[in-house]
Amino acid sequence: MEKEFCCTCGSKSDLTLLEPVLAKYASVPGSLITILQHAQDIYGYLPTDVLWHVAEKTGIKPAKVLGVATFYTQFRFKPVGKYLILLCQGTACHVNGAKLVEAALEEELGIKDGDTTDDGLFSLKTVACLGCCSLSPVMMINDETYGSLTPSKAKEIIRELRGKQA
Amino acid sequence: MSKFLIKVGQGSCGIAAGAGKVYDVLNEKVSGNPEVTLSITGCIGMCYLEPIVDVYEGDARRTYCKADEKFALALAEAVASGNLDADALKAYEIAEEDKDYLRKQTRIALRHCGNINPESIEEYMAADGYQALTKVLKTMTPDDVIEVIKTSGLAGRGGAGFPTWFKWNAAKSSPGEQKYLICNADEGDPGAFMDRAVIESDPHNLIEGMLIGAYAIGASEAVVYVRAEYPLAIVRLTKAIEQAEKAGFLGENILGTGFSCKMRIKAGAGAFVCGEETALIESLEGQRGMPRLKPPFPAQKGYWQKPSNINNVETFANVAWILLHGGEAFAAMGTEDSKGTKVFALTGKIRKGGLVEIPMGKTLRDVIFDIGGGIKNDAEFKAVQMGGPSGGCIPADLLDTVIDYKKLGATGAIMGSGGMVVMDESTCMVDMARFFLDFTTKESCGKCVHCRLGTKRLHEILTRIVEGEGREGDIENLEELCTTVKDGALCGLGQTAPNPVLTTIRYFRHEYEAHIRDKKCPAGNCKTLIHFTIDADKCKGCTLCARQCPVDAIAGKVKEAHVIDADKCIKCGKCFESCKFGAIVKD
Ligand SMILES: Cc1cc2nc3c(=O)[nH]c(=O)nc-3n(C[C@H](O)[C@H](O)[C@H](O)COP(=O)(O)O)c2cc1C
Ligand code: FES
Repeated sequence: MEKEFCCTCGSKSDLTLLEPVLAKYASVPGSLITILQHAQDIYGYLPTDVLWHVAEKTGIKPAKVLGVATFYTQFRFKPVGKYLILLCQGTACHVNGAKLVEAALEEELGIKDGDTTDDGLFSLKTVACLGCCSLSPVMMINDETYGSLTPSKAKEIIRELRGKQA
Repeated sequence: MSKFLIKVGQGSCGIAAGAGKVYDVLNEKVSGNPEVTLSITGCIGMCYLEPIVDVYEGDARRTYCKADEKFALALAEAVASGNLDADALKAYEIAEEDKDYLRKQTRIALRHCGNINPESIEEYMAADGYQALTKVLKTMTPDDVIEVIKTSGLAGRGGAGFPTWFKWNAAKSSPGEQKYLICNADEGDPGAFMDRAVIESDPHNLIEGMLIGAYAIGASEAVVYVRAEYPLAIVRLTKAIEQAEKAGFLGENILGTGFSCKMRIKAGAGAFVCGEETALIESLEGQRGMPRLKPPFPAQKGYWQKPSNINNVETFANVAWILLHGGEAFAAMGTEDSKGTKVFALTGKIRKGGLVEIPMGKTLRDVIFDIGGGIKNDAEFKAVQMGGPSGGCIPADLLDTVIDYKKLGATGAIMGSGGMVVMDESTCMVDMARFFLDFTTKESCGKCVHCRLGTKRLHEILTRIVEGEGREGDIENLEELCTTVKDGALCGLGQTAPNPVLTTIRYFRHEYEAHIRDKKCPAGNCKTLIHFTIDADKCKGCTLCARQCPVDAIAGKVKEAHVIDADKCIKCGKCFESCKFGAIVKD
């Protein structure tokens, strides 16, 4: 953790992209989470320099901004791959074998939960319920939901996406 | 008016099952035909039959299930020729048995879901929409409204089942100019999805219920806190709010009555504890979602320290109906203790997974077997988990338990938000308890010690047991620790986190003992405790298992019995699943 947030030297994010968001929310009380959500949409994750910038512009202490950002599982502090795989590990999915699907995805991608493949194509993240429990096990890849997964079906979906890159 | 109206079910589950593709094909084929109107609808709750397509010809409605591209092409052809009796469509027609799924329900909160187009305020209004609000604003005082809700007996559907009128009355009576009405759409119980379905399928019903609540307590601002994982719900609700503003149901001087209320959406950021009302308020204020000490209750000091009222989505979804039909009509359904209907999300090893709304007072068996069709693959029912991480597992001999708050509470489980995860013999109950504690450990906000450390210790002991390292005395330790955590935790998360452990010990103690004493998992689920061997008499030497094995742990010649090298085996179970002769033994 410490390393990720150590300083802003080597700052490289284009902070002007965040201007419209800050113009709208910086002075509205209680908007920190909303600002961070927009920032993540813009940058794909929350780079340290962006967090500092938000703190400066909102007048909220950097420690507090970090405190809020790290509390919520939605926020990421590392860039994610082109395809973000959200694999459900909710109760319904668990009962229907989501662990086996997770193992299959990890095997196919060569990464663990929370990591990104070296080619920058896929990130894998487990979540607690996607609300499609009747089709469990379920995963969502960039807002598209895939249901009734089996280990082999999950692998196939990954291979298909990978094939699309060629 | 065109002759045919086609509605493709486009809830998240329908879309996940392929409804988008079906819609696209139909759109391409029928657009330009003045005799056909293509539209969408939400989720009717028969998730196991998605994608579902309804075709209306005048008042006649035909329902088609598990639609695919082939179906879409056949339907396009059928409507082009004006004849729906085509053979190609027959195979997709809904079975009588499946029609019962809906017939056996009483739908109030879900009354429009899967019938109307959720993106059309006109369809909502044609269906009775905004009539209750009009009646309330033009003919009733806030006290009248609260009285009707009191008569109805409506209790909060978010979990605790607290009387709604009481909360409304408290917020109304609290001194202060500025008050807030908040809708809890965080839907944290993994396995429950009725709130998502209501927002995606009938967002105006939520808005109308909220406006009536806002009028009753005197709030001029309303906020919906929606779970981050529900992008479609946010899109539909945003659209609905815009439409309601345009139509004059939201904003300044609503319907010329002088009542003003604005509404906005706040997307959550992924934290289970934010479903707890005071943590939710902290989150709304841009803070870490940590619960506050109660009292003061939100009705006294809530959002920005102002009087606030928080209700769940399903609670609000009942309100417009109650105001239209009267509190008595709602109270006529249910039991002495629990009135009206409740929506349940049936998932897990159930044959017909989906949403079911029934009057309180039915039994668990009615829901799981009569409506839900029983267990998948004719397996044996073992338990149903209700109330998610705060709830418990109810075993087979309690299937005749009547559904009401008190009776369910007496089993050690809770009504909760209505998630019902059904399990068969292959589910290990100790592992289930471990699963929930893994969840609560991760989701504990860390504010109080009992929850932060208590859940961690519980999780450690449970993990030890499922890994075959359980010790004599562990069960008693768990029980004692559970009591401590229950008594000491600050908020509902910690206070209820032990429930899954306590109910599984209460009803499935023998499974715990088998893990601890015999180092066996009766459900054949816990990897360290199961072993695979090959029954030489049954093995035909087909080599299939050896080829399936990912670690080359199976050896043997063609047409000769094979053997598994226990040291190499990773217990993935692939051989067990692939063997056609039942020669692989799992114990
Ligand atoms: C840990 C925890 C999580 C909760 N999650 C939710 C939730 O996701 N949705 C919900 O409506 N209520 C949830 N609740 C209950 C709320 O605190 C609150 O009681 C409810 O929103 C009140 O609405 P109701 O009276 O309409 O049920 C949760 C409570 C606790 C303790
Ligand atoms: S439990 Fe996986 S989608 Fe709900």
